[in-house]
Amino acid sequence: MLIRAKEPFRFYTRLHLSELTGLRATTLDQLLDLIKKVSGSCIYHHTHRFLQQHQYLSPEPPNDFAYWVAEILGEDELGERLVSIDTIQFSTIRSLRDKIVATTEDYLKNNPKALLKFARSEEEFHFIKSVSFVIPTNYVAYDLRDFAEILKKITIDSIYFHIFEARLRLGKGTNDFSNWIENSLGDKELADEISKLDPYTRTLENLRETLIRRIEKKIPT
Amino acid sequence: MAKIEEYISIVGESVIDDLRLLAEKLKGKVIQHINSTPVGGGVAEILNCMVPLLRELGVDTRWDVIKGGEQFFEVTKKFHNALHGKVEEITQRDFEIFMETSRQNLENVNTYGDIVFVHDPQPIALIKEKSHNRWIWRCHIDVSNPNQKVWNFLKDFIITYDSAVFSAPSFSQRLPIRQFLISPSIDPLSDKNKELSQETIDSVLQKYNIPKDKPTITQISRFDRLKDPIGVIGVYQQVKRYIDCQLILAGGTATDDPEGLKVFEEVQEKAKQDRDIHILLLPQNDIEVNALQRASTVIIQKSIKEGFGLTVAEALWKAKPVVASNVGGIPLQIKHKYSGLLCHSIDGAAFAIKQLLNSPEYAKRLGENGREHIRNNFLLTRHLRDYILLFLSLYHEEDIVYL
Repeated sequence: MLIRAKEPFRFYTRLHLSELTGLRATTLDQLLDLIKKVSGSCIYHHTHRFLQQHQYLSPEPPNDFAYWVAEILGEDELGERLVSIDTIQFSTIRSLRDKIVATTEDYLKNNPKALLKFARSEEEFHFIKSVSFVIPTNYVAYDLRDFAEILKKITIDSIYFHIFEARLRLGKGTNDFSNWIENSLGDKELADEISKLDPYTRTLENLRETLIRRIEKKIPT
Repeated sequence: MAKIEEYISIVGESVIDDLRLLAEKLKGKVIQHINSTPVGGGVAEILNCMVPLLRELGVDTRWDVIKGGEQFFEVTKKFHNALHGKVEEITQRDFEIFMETSRQNLENVNTYGDIVFVHDPQPIALIKEKSHNRWIWRCHIDVSNPNQKVWNFLKDFIITYDSAVFSAPSFSQRLPIRQFLISPSIDPLSDKNKELSQETIDSVLQKYNIPKDKPTITQISRFDRLKDPIGVIGVYQQVKRYIDCQLILAGGTATDDPEGLKVFEEVQEKAKQDRDIHILLLPQNDIEVNALQRASTVIIQKSIKEGFGLTVAEALWKAKPVVASNVGGIPLQIKHKYSGLLCHSIDGAAFAIKQLLNSPEYAKRLGENGREHIRNNFLLTRHLRDYILLFLSLYHEEDIVYL
C-alpha cells in the first residue's frame, strides 16, 4: 500500500542571476587572495555554475577555479586536485572554501614557480556571485507516486534547488528529497539511497532519471 | 510574431510555467525600455522580440525611442568605437553635441516607467530625469578596454543608475552600483532562426547566384571594421590555396552607423578579382540570412571586438560548425573544441576552417554540441527569465531572495 505523507512535499524552483563584482585575478596569488575574501555567493557560483550551464556535456570540470588554473595558467596538477574535491562531503560553503584554499596553498608550497604565471588580459578570472530567487511551484506531492510523476515534469532548476542548493547553500545538511522521504514517509532506506548519490558526477537530466527510477521501484504496482 | 506557447515545443512546458510564475511577481509595475533605433542592429532586434512576449506574460512593458540627428549619431558611433578600444579622436565638441541632443531628449521623452531600462550610451543622459522610479543601464558593448575619456564621461551617468547590466564578465568595471551579467539571446522561432525548407534555401542561393558545388564559408555581419570583413577575405584566401571553396560576406547597415557604406566599398574593392567571393549588402531580410547560414559549410565570425556576437548563437542553433574570435561574448557561446573553434588571428582562423572542411564528422559533432549549448543558455526564454529576475532584483538586496 502506498504511504501517504505526514506533510506534503511542495516543490520549489530556484532561478538565478549572475552578479558581477568587478574583481579579477591574473595570477594564482591574486586568485587565492580573492577566494579567501569574496562572499560565499561567489564561491557557490564558481563551484556550481558548470552544472547548470553545461548540462549536456559530461564529464565537465565541476568548478571554474579548476578550469582556470589548468586551462589558462597551465597548472594541470592543481587543476586536477581542485576538480577532485569531493563537494558532496562539505555541508557549508565555508568548509568548501577552506578546502579550496588549503588545497591551493598546499600545492604552492611544493610548486612555488606556479606563482610566476599570469593570464593574458582577456583570460583573467572574473569573480561573479550567484543571486538566487526561490519560488514555490504549484506542484505538491502527497505520496511517492505523485512525487515521481512531478519529478518527470518539473524543470531541472527545481531538482537542482532541492538537491544542491538546499543542502549546501542553505546549510540543511542533506537534500530536501531525502529529508521528506525519511521524515514524512518514514522510508529511511530510500532516503539514504538518494543522499548517497553523488550528484556532482552526473548531468542533471541523468540525475532526474536516476531519482525517478529509484523512487518508482518503491511504488507498489 | 510567435506566441509564448509556441516555445514549449523547443524548451519544454515547465520553462514557460516558470516564466508565468515570475511574471506574476511584477504585477502593477510598468517597465519602460528606451533605446536609439527601432530597427537595425542587435538591440532593436532583441526588443522587437521581447517586448510583445513580456506583455503576453502579463508584464506591462513599453518601448520608447530617443531622437537624434546625423551629427549625434556620428558622435555616438565614435563613442561606440572608442568604448571598444579603437583609437578615436574625441573632442570637446563631440561631448557638446552629445549633450545638446540629450537635453532635447530630456525635454521630449517622458520617463514614466516604474522601471526605466536604458539601452547603450545614446540615451544614457535621460537618468537626469530620475525620480522615485528604478533605473537600469544596459550596456550591449564590449567595454573590457574602453577609451578612458569616453568611459569616464559616461561613468558620471552610470553611477546614478540603480543597476548596470553587461553581456560578458570581462566587461564589468569597478562601479559603486550593482552589476549583472545577462547574455543576450536569439529567438528560435523568428524568421532568422526558424527551420526552412530546402526549396527556400535554394531559392535564396539562386537569387544571389551562389552555386552549391563547393564548400561555403560565411560571415554574416554588418559591414563594420570591428567585424574585420577584410580579415575574413584573408582567411578565405589562405583556405582557398588548399581547398576549393567560396566565401559569402553578407550583412546590412544599421541606421545609426554612418561608416557602414564606406567599409562595404573597401570590401568590394578587396574582393573584386575573385568570383567565388559573394558580397551581399542585404536589406533587413531575415529569411535570407537564415537561408545563407543554413546553406553554409562553416560559419566564421572574425570580429576584432564584439558586444556579444549573436550571429555565433544563430549559427550554432542551426548546428553549424563555427570558427570565431575569442573576444567579447563569443567564448561564452563556444567552448573551444567542444562547441566550435576559437581563434586569435587570420592564420588561426584559416587553420581551424581547413580542419573543419577536412573533417566533416568532427565539424558535425561541434555543431550539434553547439546547438544544445544554445538551447540551454542562449534562447529568448532564458533572456526573458533573466530580465524578469533583474527587475525583481531592484526590490531585493539579498543574495537569496524568497519570492
